[in-house]
Amino acid sequence: MTRKQKRLAIIGGGVGFLTLAVLLVMFAFSQAIAYFYVPSDLAKADVPPGTRIRLGGLVEAGSVKRGDGKTVTFTVTDTLGQVPVTYTGILPDLFREGQGVVTEGTFVAGNSVFVADSVLAKHDETYMPKDVADRLKAQGVELSGKETVR
Amino acid sequence: MIIELGHYALVLALATAFVQAALPILGARLNDRALMELASSAAVACFLLVAFSFAVLTFAYVTSDFSVRNVWENSHSLKPLIYKISGVWGNHEGSMLLWLLILVFFSALVATFGRNLPETLKANVLAVQAWIAVAFTLFILLTSNPFARLIPAPGEGKDLNPILQDVGLAIHPPLLYLGYVGFSVCFSFAIAALIEGRIDAAWARWVRPWTLAAWTFLTAGISMGSYWAYYELGWGGWWFWDPVENASFMPWLAGTALLHSALVMEKREALKIWTVLLAIMTFSLSLLGTFLVRSGVLTSVHAFATDPTRGIFILAILVFFIGGAFSLFAFRASRLKAGGIFAPISKEGALVFNNLILTTATATVLTGTLYPLVLEALTGDKISVGPPFFNMTFGLLMLPLLFAVPFGPLLAWKRGDLMGVAQRLFAAVAIGLVVGCIYYYAMNGGPILALFGIALGVYLIVGSLTDLALRSGLGKVTGNVAWRRFSGLPRSAFGTALAHIGLGVTLIGIVAVTAFETETVVEMKPGMTVDAGGYTLRFDGMRNGSGPNYSEESGHFTITSGGVVVADIWSSKRLYQARRMPTTEAGIRTFGLSQLYVSLGDQISEGGIVVRIWWKPMILCIWGGTLFMMAGGFVSLSDRRLRVGAPTRAKRPKTIPVGAAE
Repeated sequence: MTRKQKRLAIIGGGVGFLTLAVLLVMFAFSQAIAYFYVPSDLAKADVPPGTRIRLGGLVEAGSVKRGDGKTVTFTVTDTLGQVPVTYTGILPDLFREGQGVVTEGTFVAGNSVFVADSVLAKHDETYMPKDVADRLKAQGVELSGKETVR
Repeated sequence: MIIELGHYALVLALATAFVQAALPILGARLNDRALMELASSAAVACFLLVAFSFAVLTFAYVTSDFSVRNVWENSHSLKPLIYKISGVWGNHEGSMLLWLLILVFFSALVATFGRNLPETLKANVLAVQAWIAVAFTLFILLTSNPFARLIPAPGEGKDLNPILQDVGLAIHPPLLYLGYVGFSVCFSFAIAALIEGRIDAAWARWVRPWTLAAWTFLTAGISMGSYWAYYELGWGGWWFWDPVENASFMPWLAGTALLHSALVMEKREALKIWTVLLAIMTFSLSLLGTFLVRSGVLTSVHAFATDPTRGIFILAILVFFIGGAFSLFAFRASRLKAGGIFAPISKEGALVFNNLILTTATATVLTGTLYPLVLEALTGDKISVGPPFFNMTFGLLMLPLLFAVPFGPLLAWKRGDLMGVAQRLFAAVAIGLVVGCIYYYAMNGGPILALFGIALGVYLIVGSLTDLALRSGLGKVTGNVAWRRFSGLPRSAFGTALAHIGLGVTLIGIVAVTAFETETVVEMKPGMTVDAGGYTLRFDGMRNGSGPNYSEESGHFTITSGGVVVADIWSSKRLYQARRMPTTEAGIRTFGLSQLYVSLGDQISEGGIVVRIWWKPMILCIWGGTLFMMAGGFVSLSDRRLRVGAPTRAKRPKTIPVGAAE
């Protein structure tokens, strides 16, 4: 191979690989990301069953009920809308009624209950997940000062 | 009084850094020795001043001086001593001070050990280091002063976030910063080369030990952080593709690429411009990581309390250094003479392949990390990019590299023989597949991909050993000769093999855990048993206890195997008094390389509690592999040819004129 051919081979290989990577990233973005909603969005947005989303809001006071031990149901609210959620597993340490929470999962066809497979109440007791705080603030929900200073 | 001295020392450090940033460059321009030599003394002085300042803050923590706002916010008089000390960097202000301390520590190291560097290069490198120091000292003094006072002094502190009250905090951040910030030296070398407008193989030889050291520490820091998250959070996961994790992983990937491209540059004078670019990119990613973690654009345990001015200040630093470096690169890169050419199939080719894949993988991680931020800024849509995205993109892209790793060391420089190498690796492939099948059979089946994953891991290990075996002539010469050759191999050969073996070991751990882990969530009452990973756990009951600054409820489990008691586990939930914050202390028991992991949930009924039990097969391989990588890094560093102070010019006189002739 001449000098030029060698260089071309290397550049060609590189460009090919990069193209592949870009396509892969685009495909993954179309498949593997989850949009974030608060309950009142869901009335407007039409989320097809089986689509993974993140649902955030406050855990409604008095809504937490334990089923057969492992399964928990609770209501996520942004004061304008409510969504019932079921979750099987161990709730995070900082999960409390009246506090912010982010759940991830899907709606099952023909049912308005959100089936979560992960529940996040983040690491620190002094804040609410930023996504939740921003959206609640945007909707004019009063949040007790310390909870959301961000 | 002592607190004000610490503050004052930091201001003096800023002044010193200004001097170090300006005069040596002038000296290099005017060829004035006195000005250039100023750099070294200034670097050492700056380090001593910052170290004093850091010691003062530590003193305030140890003596629980709550008149210092930072101490009041993050400490408590009842906290054990080790957490008082590690708590110094368990908050925004203190951790930035640690960042700065390590930065000036590296400058001082360059000043002390860089005696054989050309005068102008050394002066320029230290000046660039000082620019970074100026920026971060200003950041600390103007927006995050750890020495701010609180009058009147409160009687008791607010305590440290309980999740951070762990020995992990004592180790993880310093190691991580040694890595993160260590890349600043490579950056400074790259900028200095661009300022001087010339670069040669000797440059690569000076840069490589720094890259290697930073990379080794970063490996340790990331691995430690991963293990810490695994046992402390009680979620049983070891990597979450959390933006904060990505922030440290991206410099690691880019640093790994840099390590390999600097090799090509040192040995073959090729890839010069690319190596310089990569050095800039690696530290830029470190800076980006600092920005992501410290500015509060992300919410995580690392973000501490933040205010917007800090975010904007770090963003300004980021824009200045990354923008400045790339502009300089754009203007000056054409001045650097392009290096030699090589056949696509050669050791150089393999290393280019490595670089191509690592940088592409870095780019996908970067995309996945920043895309949600960009999308939110542009459209207001909030999305989360999680593990599925990264597994699909990063995982697939890295696959060809894993296949190629053992080929690299076996290929010859300039022109390699791909078929010949493939033949030599035949044994590694065969052993890999056999072990994969045996493991698959032993686990009673499972996803078929797991078989190939394990096989790939074993192939990496055996393939790396193949290189050592072939180089010592194993099988071709007598045992004695082979042993003599083996022990005479350069340390860097062992370093390479160890690091690649580590990659294989980590891969085996990842595959085994992903494919064969079992998770059971169950409500247990005393006396109930659950099976996991061939062991039986019996729940014995709960017990209340307390520690220095928390109270806890612990569950006791007895582990039996075939009716025989083999171990027991305590798993607890703690409530930290000062912050009224609950945490989970998972109970973990190790069996060989595998672990049983028990985490407690809520108490439901009379004596009954929800328990989450994981069986994590071979999980210790994940971190064990990183130990091999670190060992590889240290062994390579100890190679005489690379030692920082060892003069290598005499051996290869050719290298100097090449650069000087330009």
